[in-house]
Amino acid sequence: MTILKATDIGISFGGVKAVDGVSFSVSPGQILSIIGPNGAGKTTLFNIVSGIYAASRGTIHLADENVTDLSPHKLAARGLSRTFQNLQIFQRMTACENVMVGRHLREKCSLLPALFRTPSVTRQNRETRAAALDLLAYVGLKDVADVPAGSLPYGACKRLEIARALAAEPRVLLLDEPAAGCNAVETEEIDHLIRQVADRGVAVVLVEHDMKLVMKISDRILVLERGRPLAEGTPREVRDNPKVLEAYLGQHGAREAARA
Amino acid sequence: MGALLNQRFLILAMLAVVIAVLPFVFPSSYYFRVASLVWVSALAAIGLNILMGQAGQVSLGHAAFFGIGAYSVAIGPTHLGIPSWAALLIGAALSAVLAYLVGRPILRLKGQYLAIATLGLGVRGALVISTESGWTGGPDGMPVERLTLFGWRVSGSYTWYWVTGALLLVGTWIALNLDETPTGRAFRALHDSEVAAQVVGVDVARFKLQAFVIAAVYGSIAGSALAFMNGFINPDQAGFLHSVELVTIVVLGGLGSVVGSIVGAAVLVTLPQALTVFQEYEHLLLGLIIIVSMIFMRNGIVPSLSGLFHRKART
Repeated sequence: MTILKATDIGISFGGVKAVDGVSFSVSPGQILSIIGPNGAGKTTLFNIVSGIYAASRGTIHLADENVTDLSPHKLAARGLSRTFQNLQIFQRMTACENVMVGRHLREKCSLLPALFRTPSVTRQNRETRAAALDLLAYVGLKDVADVPAGSLPYGACKRLEIARALAAEPRVLLLDEPAAGCNAVETEEIDHLIRQVADRGVAVVLVEHDMKLVMKISDRILVLERGRPLAEGTPREVRDNPKVLEAYLGQHGAREAARA
Repeated sequence: MGALLNQRFLILAMLAVVIAVLPFVFPSSYYFRVASLVWVSALAAIGLNILMGQAGQVSLGHAAFFGIGAYSVAIGPTHLGIPSWAALLIGAALSAVLAYLVGRPILRLKGQYLAIATLGLGVRGALVISTESGWTGGPDGMPVERLTLFGWRVSGSYTWYWVTGALLLVGTWIALNLDETPTGRAFRALHDSEVAAQVVGVDVARFKLQAFVIAAVYGSIAGSALAFMNGFINPDQAGFLHSVELVTIVVLGGLGSVVGSIVGAAVLVTLPQALTVFQEYEHLLLGLIIIVSMIFMRNGIVPSLSGLFHRKART
């Protein structure tokens, strides 16, 4: 059963085809990693799938509904959530408030009760905060719940973004380099976290440069090069694919690696 | 959570005490008038601060809504025979509708482009008021009928001190309420990162529009109050300089701080009165004081001072 299916996605910026004819699909509980050298179009592909860019061609289906060209907040309402490579946290809000915003779609949000702070608003606030604290505990940030997010260390912000994305209770989670800039211990924690999320039935699409992490947790891997799909398969298939080695290391490097 | 609730209560209580105690130290009715001006400006600034400080969208034409409120209570009773109190509500509704209609297209703009678009809105508002002299008295302005509530004629600077003070309390209460709600959080979220707000499901366009409408209604009610209080209104109240004054109050007091808007209004309304002793140097000094305080209190008076206080308390 497929939950997210992207077919023949393409986008051009000026004359540059940043993404060109890429297709992939992912099922609940599965981890699909998208790898490729810098500039291969991984983040661009994420931006298209999450509705931030409009693709010039191709279609995206989310749970059998055509969601091509839907705006990000409408995709979020249909169960798609994501994190960003360059951190996009709400700097001036506390860690807890960041996650509470992640609950936005689960909250009733009418203006008049908010202006007069009816008891139902207060009650809902309490529930949302409790849910947010649970998630912060889940990613190991409970101690800094009331610290402004702007003053948290980098690794904590990465996990905060994951907690915020999870707060929306997504069916599909796109993670853009969640382990970038993290040390070995932090990477280990994130590895563990992603596996847990997938085990709860969320379809995870991962862009990541840390090959150890990718090879370890991915069910399938899609390799991009210069916007085009290069290879797809299990971690083992991809690792042994000479074309993939060539893309990463060049022809000479690939020959060396084959001999090694 | 409990702390926040208390903080909200504390701010309201302190404001109520200030409003209640000031009359004991005021030597003349002139002081009541100046204080009422502070309350009215603060009310408009609190609204604008929801748009600018919370949702992070600038408006350089906000006096247009102030003008709509003011002229509604002038024109309604005089030309159309509408009761004054109803004219106030109609003005607020008109402002909300106008903000909604104009906000939809222009809130797609960002930063300085939005500033210019709202500036255009403000200039247009003042222009309409000046040229439609049959209705508005043109550049000379027009008198405003006294407000009558249940047969009680609301007049005199002493009375208006209490009425505007009460309005400010309500306005402060509502603004503080908003902060810790899904709506308030959505405002602050889209301020910090629009794209991140979108991907967690915040309909950014809708919330910008809400902030704009809220700010417009605040401005309109403040405008109506000033018109009633003065018994007279002229197009300057809807003009560009007044828009700039409101933005200055918000930034000087502190973006995003409700108390900041009240303090900013107090400074910007009373300072020119205090500086009149310097006669022709008045504006020079006013400008200088604003520049210096912005250099040394970059985040605005209230956030800067409270930051300083917290640092002191920790060390």
